[in-house]
Amino acid sequence: MPQQPEILLMKGNEAVAHAAIRCGCDGYFGYPITPQSEVLETLAAEKPWETTGMVVVQAESEVASINMLYGGGGTGKRVMTSSSSPGVALMQEGIAYMAGAEVPGLIVNVQRGGPGLGTIQPSQSDYNQSTRGGGNGDYNVIVLAPASVQEMADFVELGFTLAFKYRTPVIMLSDGIIGQMMEKVVLPPFKPRRTDDEILRECPWASNGMGLRQRGPQVISSLELDPAVMEQKNLNLQRKYAQIQAEEVRSEATLCDDAEWLIVAFGSAARISHKVVELARERGERVGLLRPITLWPFPEKEIAALVEQGVKGILVVEINAGQMVYDVRMAALGRVPVTQYGRLGGIVPDPDEILRELDKLKSLAE
Amino acid sequence: MTPSDIIRPENLVYAKPRLMNDVPMHYCPGCSHGVVHKLIAAVIDEMGMAERTIGISPVGCAVFAFKYIDIDWQEAAHGRAPALATACKRLWPDRLVFTYQGDGDIACIGTGEALHTLNRGDNVTLIFVNNAIYGMTGGQMAPTTLLGQKTVTCPYGRDPKLHGYPLRLADLAARLDGTAYVTRQSVDTPAAIRKAKKAVRKAFEYSMEGRGSNLIEFVSTCSSGWKLSPEKANAWMRQYMFEHYPTGDLKDVPASKNNN
Ligand SMILES: Cc1ncc(C[n+]2csc(CCOP(=O)(O)OP(=O)(O)O)c2C)c(N)n1
Repeated sequence: MPQQPEILLMKGNEAVAHAAIRCGCDGYFGYPITPQSEVLETLAAEKPWETTGMVVVQAESEVASINMLYGGGGTGKRVMTSSSSPGVALMQEGIAYMAGAEVPGLIVNVQRGGPGLGTIQPSQSDYNQSTRGGGNGDYNVIVLAPASVQEMADFVELGFTLAFKYRTPVIMLSDGIIGQMMEKVVLPPFKPRRTDDEILRECPWASNGMGLRQRGPQVISSLELDPAVMEQKNLNLQRKYAQIQAEEVRSEATLCDDAEWLIVAFGSAARISHKVVELARERGERVGLLRPITLWPFPEKEIAALVEQGVKGILVVEINAGQMVYDVRMAALGRVPVTQYGRLGGIVPDPDEILRELDKLKSLAE
Repeated sequence: MTPSDIIRPENLVYAKPRLMNDVPMHYCPGCSHGVVHKLIAAVIDEMGMAERTIGISPVGCAVFAFKYIDIDWQEAAHGRAPALATACKRLWPDRLVFTYQGDGDIACIGTGEALHTLNRGDNVTLIFVNNAIYGMTGGQMAPTTLLGQKTVTCPYGRDPKLHGYPLRLADLAARLDGTAYVTRQSVDTPAAIRKAKKAVRKAFEYSMEGRGSNLIEFVSTCSSGWKLSPEKANAWMRQYMFEHYPTGDLKDVPASKNNN
């Protein structure tokens, strides 16, 4: 008889830590900040260096954490960090270097409200920073938006897989609600860390001293002073991003088949919007929800297809002042009204507020 | 007579280290960087570590260090090399891991990463080339610029009221519990070069023995930045730099006393 997977109750932040240990992560580097400190705390309590050999370092800053990620990822190891908004702001230089030097790594952002020190309450206001690159230069990173504790656990493995497949940093863009709330979760099965030989085979580009004489020296670098060569390097990056856009879009549609009205929301805003869809359907309204799971690449085609199918208007719900709404408008190409609703400063919208916004959208469209 | 008649094993007293690549160097005549590179290349080869070394290059004149020494490298962001080194060493404990940094890189923008890596006792070596100026960006004031020294951003000389004091990073490093070996060297004479090479070897060996972190400061010249001929730059270094940055060991922890 197949064994039933064990169902546990834990916080999203704890799930990330346990998933990291279980999916062969080689190193975690992080600095405390609310509301994500449980990731480092859980790892410290679990002592994975005694079991799987995973390294855990409390760095002196987020600047150091991200550069530890750059260094560790450059050797072909599966490395990750986690932080919250002000800390991730500090990491942007390092993320740009990782993108430029094509170094894989996973960055978990359990967002809180800003700007500046802002608040420790949840927010989704780092959408622009995450989906537009965030540091200097022309680059994108893959952004995964979990909407449950289960997805916070699952996206660790998915994040590493994508990071190595495309040699790119991957951001898991969570928020203080999902990071802090306790929910049922089934942790991923145990998977050993890769051996040195496996790393050598899978990451021939890695700079770790191994096999130097067979393959010549490896240099991890984002620097190139010859403009002709640098243009080619950039074009190669752009080709890679185009491939990611073609192959890695993920989204979830709820009751969209007959939808007249569409809500687009990600992460915790999508969970609240689920309730809104339920309430609206009880009132006999045909409302559907499209939840982008990858925020970059963005599910433009999926939204365009729903507009094509006859959706009359779109309400974008996000816990910020209006960031993803621009991507939705681009996807809808001005063919239907697209409005936005969000709360700021750490306040989370409730379903009734969103229902009222749906009514406003309808009167605008009809 | 041809060169091959003269260069025979029994006559050979000097050779280019095997790990130095045959490419033109971009360093200026009289610059200390090239000599320091050569010492590192020689020691890595002598220790038999060529295939188990990860070098971390800085932002500064040595940004292209990876072109010159035939090992694996990572090119860090300005000042962050020690953070990369920490990760590389923790994830690959049997590797020889070192950073190579200028004074702006290690003692200004990256002081935090340098001191914390040293203080954690990570088993790595930080090579610090102190030329008292920002060479790469055109001779601006560095944290190590001497009082009264003129640079393009302190054209009337470094004034402590305006610019603070020249930082002695090695002295700070020697006070940290995580460091095993901290020394100040120079490469201005054959004797100094021989001593400096021994220091590199000791630091690298300590790091492989797990004794803790190591810092070698090279008191260095920058003839272009200082606007002096190579010979005068050496004389200026001896006259002024050695006074503020005296060469010699600042800390050498015997193996038995090490608690790392
Ligand atoms: C974040 C950042 N700030 C500034 C610079 C510009 N910059 C490049 S090298 C350098 C100073 C290098 O001086 P030093 O570390 O003393 O090395 P040297 O060139 O003298 O060997 C500066 C300020 C940069 N590349 N990145």
